[in-house]
Amino acid sequence: MERTERLRSALRAAFPVTVPVLTGYVCLGVAYGVLMAANGYGPLWSVLMSAVGFCGSMQYAVIPLLAAGFEPLQAFLLTLMVNARHILYGLSMLERYKGLGWARFPLIYTLSDETFSLVSTLDPPEGVARRDFFLCVSLLDYGYWVTGTTLGGLLGSVLTFNTAGLDFALTALFVVLFLEQWKERERRPAGITGIACAAVSLAVFGADNLVIPAMIMILAILLGGRKLTCA
Amino acid sequence: MRLTPLETLGIILTVAAGTQITRWLPFWLFPENKKPPAWVTDLGKVLPAATMGLLVVYCLKGVAWTVPPHGAAELLAILAVAALHRWKGNVLLSIAGGTALYMVLVQCVFA
Repeated sequence: MERTERLRSALRAAFPVTVPVLTGYVCLGVAYGVLMAANGYGPLWSVLMSAVGFCGSMQYAVIPLLAAGFEPLQAFLLTLMVNARHILYGLSMLERYKGLGWARFPLIYTLSDETFSLVSTLDPPEGVARRDFFLCVSLLDYGYWVTGTTLGGLLGSVLTFNTAGLDFALTALFVVLFLEQWKERERRPAGITGIACAAVSLAVFGADNLVIPAMIMILAILLGGRKLTCA
Repeated sequence: MRLTPLETLGIILTVAAGTQITRWLPFWLFPENKKPPAWVTDLGKVLPAATMGLLVVYCLKGVAWTVPPHGAAELLAILAVAALHRWKGNVLLSIAGGTALYMVLVQCVFA
């Protein structure tokens, strides 16, 4: 009884902050299901990929591979490159995910861009345990993505509502969470570093290859800056 | 469906394995029972801000800056998000307002 009450209050705290992810994931998930169906992969396959793979943009990136032929090595290397940014998330969450026991498994398994942006920035309200709050945020986000994919796979092209631009919800989410980070003065140099490195990387390496050079530049500058302030 | 069911399953598991490696790697390198080096802890404090900046740019990577409307829809919507957030400080309102404006801009104004 007490346990359900505890979970309910965690859910009450977590749900509102995941609503932007709900809109973004359902749109992108539906689009993914539709796209997979267009390539001859029915809802069973798109849902399986979403539930087991759970890697958003990477699932889109692998569609051309699914359409081209059986290339597991290429798929594996592409996954490592596209998802290398997750390493930054893990490094950031070492402290916050400490001492959470079994919950670490689902938390780390489902640590997507959007989930990371929430769990790294927001703290649970008074009276809600960190583990419960992080779990609710992570599992709600996961559920949205799988549900969106299922809907997309089933509905296919039946949708007539003009959803163009609805996926901007995710961009807006990152902007808001950037601003939340910005409130802490000592984090501002890091925020500027992130934007500047990504912009330089985009200009130099192009849209398809921006992540890894940007990550390397960010790590180099932040570590270099740390040396300067410690010296 | 170009691939056989078994091949498709293979690709799904491959992608899942690759993704999980990138998610678990830091936790394997710096297990809970060992104190991570100071540079890792320090990095963990500033990385979220830097990463959020990276993600914002990442979302805008497809914008064609050199041709009209020069990313005006994206920039206006981001300004709206920032202004709303400054004004009310309500996460949901900022996101909903910015997204609604963006949808109007791409569907009606710059369509």
